[in-house]
Amino acid sequence: MRVTQGTFSFLPDFTDQQIHEQVQYCIDNGWALSIEHTDDPHPRNTYWEMWGHPMFDNPDAAAVVYELNECRKVYGSHYIKIVAFDSSPGWESIRLSFIVNRPTEEPGFKLNRTEIKGRNIQYSISPYSSDKPQGSRYK
Amino acid sequence: MENEDDKKELKTVSKVNLKEDFQSSGVADILLELDNSLIGLEPVKTRIRETASLLLVDKARERLGLVNESPTLHMSFSGNPGTGKTTVALKIAGLLYRLGYVRKGHLVSVTRDDLVGQYIGHTAPKTKEVLKKAMGGVLFIDEAYYLYRPENERDYGQEAIEILLQVMENNRDDLVVVLAGYKDKMDKFFESNPGFRSRIAHHIDFPDYSNDELLEIAEVMVSGMNYKFNKKSKEAMAEYIEMRRKQPHFANARSIRNAIDRARLRQANRVFNNSEGPIGATFLSQIEDVDIMQSRVFSGGIDK
Repeated sequence: MRVTQGTFSFLPDFTDQQIHEQVQYCIDNGWALSIEHTDDPHPRNTYWEMWGHPMFDNPDAAAVVYELNECRKVYGSHYIKIVAFDSSPGWESIRLSFIVNRPTEEPGFKLNRTEIKGRNIQYSISPYSSDKPQGSRYK
Repeated sequence: MENEDDKKELKTVSKVNLKEDFQSSGVADILLELDNSLIGLEPVKTRIRETASLLLVDKARERLGLVNESPTLHMSFSGNPGTGKTTVALKIAGLLYRLGYVRKGHLVSVTRDDLVGQYIGHTAPKTKEVLKKAMGGVLFIDEAYYLYRPENERDYGQEAIEILLQVMENNRDDLVVVLAGYKDKMDKFFESNPGFRSRIAHHIDFPDYSNDELLEIAEVMVSGMNYKFNKKSKEAMAEYIEMRRKQPHFANARSIRNAIDRARLRQANRVFNNSEGPIGATFLSQIEDVDIMQSRVFSGGIDK
């Protein structure tokens, strides 16, 4: 099941050229770019691991694509997203975030029903992949 | 359908007008500016003009469908201090931008300190940070031979060189690297790093300026600061240049700039001490021969 988090996630995966152009748009707006990765696709997993520092002062998108490819070399089987931060309000706020790398197989989510007091049912989801320990979830 | 039309149109381009390209790309302006703003440096200007025409022709060939590989644009500038290497690098960045070989056309100027770290594991991120900043533009490494220090085998410079070479090769479309330094030291640097020599397509030598050229430069600098020479002070300047050249640490145009800065200092002092009552702009902007003659160069000392 395809994970659809962030912008553009219902579109086919971007090529590097398309990523380059999106990133250039962010840079031209004065936003800082960060690359983040995770192997836990739970929608409430907001804080992904950072790949290096956010990039504040690169005028060209090639730098971000370069770092993305470095990240792919290490975490090629994980989810990787590019996040753009806008500091114009006085704090860093996310303007754009999109997934640029995903595992070849995405097993999807399991629906858990927990019976609670009064035969009420509480629902939760958990990714099938997170049964395994972190780092060995995708190959 | 529209796309197909576009493709057809692309293929039907069978003629290009190089003269028109030359004007419309803005390359003509840059070359003209290069001619006008830089005095002397004829061999450098010729090489840059050659390179520019090659790149222009390459772009035209590409449009006609004659496939060629993207050219290696990394350069090495060698010459004595103050011969205009940085100034030319800045112009090159503008030139490559107009020709469409770099996307942004900015110049990132660094030295060894910006690339090489101080402890293990510090160099790679530092070098990569600089390279990333330079992507889309030109990376200018001044005094590049300092990167390689053969006397210390544990020097981190080697690590920076390796990363540099790798990015120069793999990200050829993203950035252009310009190495600069003194001729003899650069030659030695290339000898011990053959990988560098082969990855750099253009080796450009910057000759020393002649005395006349330096005098011309002095005049341009002075008028740029809204000062004036008179006949006598111009003669004094010519004499200064001749004497300064024979003394150690002579740095071509940079020495001239320093000399002018000090002459301004003396001029200000003279004007202040001699002025009584109101004075005009001509008086304030006139550099007299005494302002130059007071220099230590004339008494045999080193003018740093």
